[in-house]
Amino acid sequence: MGSDKATDRERLVAQLEAKAPRYRVDILEMLCEAESGHPGGSLSAIDLVSAIYHYKLRHRPDDPLWADRDRFIMSKGHGVPAQYAVMSDLGYFERDKLWTLRKLGSPLQGHPCTHWLAGIDASTGSLGQGLSVAQGVGIGLRLSRSKAHVYCLMGDGETQEGQVWEAAMSMAKYRVDNVTVILDYNKAQIDGLTRDVMDIEPLADKWRAFGWHVQTIDGHDYRQILAALDQAAAVQGQPSYIIAHTIKGKGVSFMEQNPVSWHGVSPNREDTDRAIAEIRKRAGIDAKEAVR
Amino acid sequence: MNRATRDPFGETLARLGKTDERIVVLDADLSESTRSAKFAEACPERFFEMGIQEANMISTAAGLASTGKIAFCCSFSCFITSRFDQIKVSVAYNNARVTIVGTHAGCGVGPDGYTQMALEDVAMLRTLPNLAVLQPADDLETTQIVEYLIGQHDGPAFLRLTRQKVPRVHHENYRFAYGRADRLREGSDLAIIGTGATVHAALAAASRLGDEGISASVTNIHTISPLDQDAIGQLAAETGKLMTVEDHSVIGGLGGAVCEALAATHPAMCHRVGLREFGESGSPEELFAKHHLDAEGVYREAKSFLERLG
Repeated sequence: MGSDKATDRERLVAQLEAKAPRYRVDILEMLCEAESGHPGGSLSAIDLVSAIYHYKLRHRPDDPLWADRDRFIMSKGHGVPAQYAVMSDLGYFERDKLWTLRKLGSPLQGHPCTHWLAGIDASTGSLGQGLSVAQGVGIGLRLSRSKAHVYCLMGDGETQEGQVWEAAMSMAKYRVDNVTVILDYNKAQIDGLTRDVMDIEPLADKWRAFGWHVQTIDGHDYRQILAALDQAAAVQGQPSYIIAHTIKGKGVSFMEQNPVSWHGVSPNREDTDRAIAEIRKRAGIDAKEAVR
Repeated sequence: MNRATRDPFGETLARLGKTDERIVVLDADLSESTRSAKFAEACPERFFEMGIQEANMISTAAGLASTGKIAFCCSFSCFITSRFDQIKVSVAYNNARVTIVGTHAGCGVGPDGYTQMALEDVAMLRTLPNLAVLQPADDLETTQIVEYLIGQHDGPAFLRLTRQKVPRVHHENYRFAYGRADRLREGSDLAIIGTGATVHAALAAASRLGDEGISASVTNIHTISPLDQDAIGQLAAETGKLMTVEDHSVIGGLGGAVCEALAATHPAMCHRVGLREFGESGSPEELFAKHHLDAEGVYREAKSFLERLG
């Protein structure tokens, strides 16, 4: 029994690892086509988003408003291309829609919006609000006696917002244990490195002091991500926070080396081709095979 | 019957909360003052004391609404509506069934002074395309608006309430109709348009003008957004002279909304009575007198407006 579970886990990890380069390519193609957007923070978040959707989320892509679904709230709304890549793969919308990102009339708004795209559980983009919304969803689900769980993906720069710490305080008070927060800790924001702009450390100590269950993981290691999500879901009586150390621009070396510059600038065609070639080479994907 | 509109608000919420499990109420350390404490007493498991965290409270209410709840977020209007970004993004942009309840509106808050006065709240919230801006003129209207918000309104709203007592202006058989102007008195020389705490003064002033042979109509605008544009156009057609009276800045509130409607439907002269400066400490009566929001002030403003037009 135990070994079956371990085998299943390994199979899932292999699947997620196979999907990751394809999601990264989709993100880059989306942003190139849009000629605007946030590649660094989408590429740092994609492994987390993918793991949450494929491993944890109880949802129905063909019934996106199913009342008892688990919720996913992209509090760092600028990272939504990562979510769109996974949602498209899961069948929420046609793959062709990806190339309409940020264009007039597209359901794929520059920042996620509930009334533009079914399956988005909260409109976000003004940083620091998503955690409070997640708290409300968590309490509402509890009042409705639903067993559904809420996943909230946050950014490190966003953690500078005062409202985040208001929610940190109130979620401990109300013992909101059906919400798991995952921090995409990619260490950079628009004006510079997070530690220079406004350092958020010592982060684990802060959340523990506020009464949270805290774990720290490598946000690109699927085995660690899955284990942390399991542990977070098992925590009772307190909210759960996973600090996922990530790399801004992960998978594209020229972005990884210059993470601040690639926060909010989209790659042009040449950059995109170079980046995609690197991702495919690393993943051993033949260019012909990758054409879909 | 003189009652602060916050009183029937709290009572109605508590009454309906007992039988409607969808209703949740949040407050930011002012539950006695906003009267949400009445609900807390009746339904403690669905009342959330959020402490002095208005931003967190508003976004949390939006999350609650997304699970099928009907949420009321309560504080002084100045503190809650100044979290405009949370109202805009978490509440309005999610089309969340959340009512932002702002009590102690306007200079009527009195001795606490300007920082406790919301004089800009209507102007700000009126810009959100799906958010209803509602301000009852008396206790009867307040009760019916709360019933409407729970029973029928499917979206975000702002409910602006008074700390101070206001006289009843409606008959007991009054029926609130969302989005429809409420004509209280007919008249052909001047149309006075009030909202909330100023409606009573508008009626008293119109009565005195009538004694002098000046025929002034009085209309109560409980739904400032979406505004009843047809009714405003009708008033302009009848009199050609309109005067708005509100305990709010003359910029962007009822006066601004009426002028926008006139420009779009039936151009006419409009005089706006309201605040043109920061508020200050004083009794509500003194402040209403200073800013010409009482019966004497509305009467004098009407006279000078009519004289100016000749």
